Amino acid sequence: MSAPPSYEQLSANFSWSVAERQLGYRPGAPINIGWMCSDRICQLGMSRKLALLWEDYQGNQKRFTYDDLRTLSNTVAHFLTLQEILPGERVCLFMDRVPDLYIGFLGILKMGAVAQPLFSAFGDESLFVRLADAKTSAIITQKKHLYKVRKIRSQLPDLRHVVVVDADQASLQPDEIAFQMEKTPRIEFFAVYPTTAESPSVLHYTSGTTGLPKGAQHVHYSIVSQYLTAKWVLDLRPDDIYWCNADPGWVTGTSYGIIGPWANGVTQAVLDSGFNAGHWYEFIEKYRVTVWYSAPTAIRLLMKEGAEIVRKHDVSSLRHLASVGEPLNHEAVLWSEEVFGKPFHDTFWQTETGCIVITNFPGMPVKPGSMGKPFPGIIATVLDPKTYEPVDHPGVAGLIALRPGWPSQIRGYWNNQAGFQARFKNGWYLCGDRASIDPDGYFWFMGRDDDVINTGGHLVGPFEVESALLGCPAVAESAAVAKPDPINMEVVKAYVTLKRGFQASDDLELEIMNHIRKRLSPLAMPQEIEFVDALPKTRSGKIVRRVLRCKEFHEPVGDLSTIMDD
Amino acid sequence: MDEITTAVRDYIIREYLPEGDDRQITEKTPLISSGIVDSFSMVSLLRFLEKKYSIHIPDEAATPEAFDTVERIATLVQRFQKAEVGSV
Repeated sequence: MSAPPSYEQLSANFSWSVAERQLGYRPGAPINIGWMCSDRICQLGMSRKLALLWEDYQGNQKRFTYDDLRTLSNTVAHFLTLQEILPGERVCLFMDRVPDLYIGFLGILKMGAVAQPLFSAFGDESLFVRLADAKTSAIITQKKHLYKVRKIRSQLPDLRHVVVVDADQASLQPDEIAFQMEKTPRIEFFAVYPTTAESPSVLHYTSGTTGLPKGAQHVHYSIVSQYLTAKWVLDLRPDDIYWCNADPGWVTGTSYGIIGPWANGVTQAVLDSGFNAGHWYEFIEKYRVTVWYSAPTAIRLLMKEGAEIVRKHDVSSLRHLASVGEPLNHEAVLWSEEVFGKPFHDTFWQTETGCIVITNFPGMPVKPGSMGKPFPGIIATVLDPKTYEPVDHPGVAGLIALRPGWPSQIRGYWNNQAGFQARFKNGWYLCGDRASIDPDGYFWFMGRDDDVINTGGHLVGPFEVESALLGCPAVAESAAVAKPDPINMEVVKAYVTLKRGFQASDDLELEIMNHIRKRLSPLAMPQEIEFVDALPKTRSGKIVRRVLRCKEFHEPVGDLSTIMDD
Repeated sequence: MDEITTAVRDYIIREYLPEGDDRQITEKTPLISSGIVDSFSMVSLLRFLEKKYSIHIPDEAATPEAFDTVERIATLVQRFQKAEVGSV
């Protein structure tokens, strides 16, 4: 058996047409992710192959073949069409990791609507701003999350349909619809909407430094990148059992938790459960997981539980390990080599890139702590932050930048093209992160270039947290900044001044924490609140988060000439 | 122990269980693996426990496994209550 092609061989004369050919796509022809991930796989003779092995925290299990994916996604598409949802309209998926979420995603795309997955732990305020901004027409949810939708529905005039996947009609309000996918007669044939390469497919919301979250607009052509990166970087092979820890409320959970593996016709396993080291290792053992795509936060939590618990399980099926979300520290790489006999391969990308863009390629020597090298076809560099010209000295820090034009790059921010255009300088797309490049061409992550907080691999916008903090009766002013954390890399810390008549106390701190957790989400909840008399401000009155962030990271603050004297 | 169990369970029902969620929380109901509490929200639960029982639970003891049921949380609280007493 010959060795797989090396990174250098695959990079030489690379063209995305490799993926187009393998997917059977001809430029200019219709392309639909929903069809590509289900009907096409069946047409390739894999109707009976398992597509999804699903289990929840109670041990309930379900199995779906590719033919099940095809007919059930047809059923969802048909149902949405009957509700008069039109192609291009946004349909939100607001569910835990249940099969309805994964299959519903394909169904929405098949009928030409735009899938808008949102993390089910979002509170009503986080949900509201994203649905209002997208003018979402329908939301598909579970009974347990319905109360959040009910709270905000009257303020969402565009939200015509609330669909509940696990309730009987009798238990719902008259303006809500029960739709139990597996109990509905299956639709064998559905005329898939002829979306084309540039047709909108997925709308993922991501946080920035300023303003509310932005809707990152993906298109159906993104599958070209997602298919090939899943195949080459995650090293997916026909007989693999693949497990991606990410929730489809975030981009990893759709690009590599739905599109990448299913476009490759691979069987994927999904565990709808919170973190539990023993349960996770049991899952790997039980389903003989071969490829595992996880996140540094999860890996560090596993490290915290120790190596002994790993030895109680047979995890020898694991062939390839990869990680995403935040930089993977070298200790975690060394630990995985020790306990699993193989390293986690760090991958770097973001909502806006749609696919892995810098990575430790399989077969390439892993430098623990490094991000790796650009994926073939991706031109990446680091730019001088003042001139926006590439830094030409190894080891010198700069802004990570990519030459635009790969298939899964977003086409814009929803209703915010100015914000999107601001991400480009000198013909480069700026990722918002800093790194250096070593003499061998490996990238080394150094940190964010803005105030966005990367906690557990998820971006939290300080503005959104600060706005919610102002909703607390006691809070006069606030600033949300990143604070270093050994497990999550960063967590949210809030600096707060209080209104007259309120006193700082442990009770108040807990009350504020719980307020943010419920209104926004657990990951946006400040893990620490520091009550202060005043916040650092510019002479024009703008709060300077940089000063507080530097304090948390014990970094020099730099130029303070614009800060008010008091 | 019963007082701790009741107080922790009541707090979780009040603060963590979604409105309208009629799941019964018993001493053995999985909290972390069921998603009722996650690794981020554990911090506010930890603050509650430390404040209510005037104890300090170190990071290395505050694992998702130790927080996965009301019963385990109560055991953890009791362990550190004893540690506090022992350190006086």
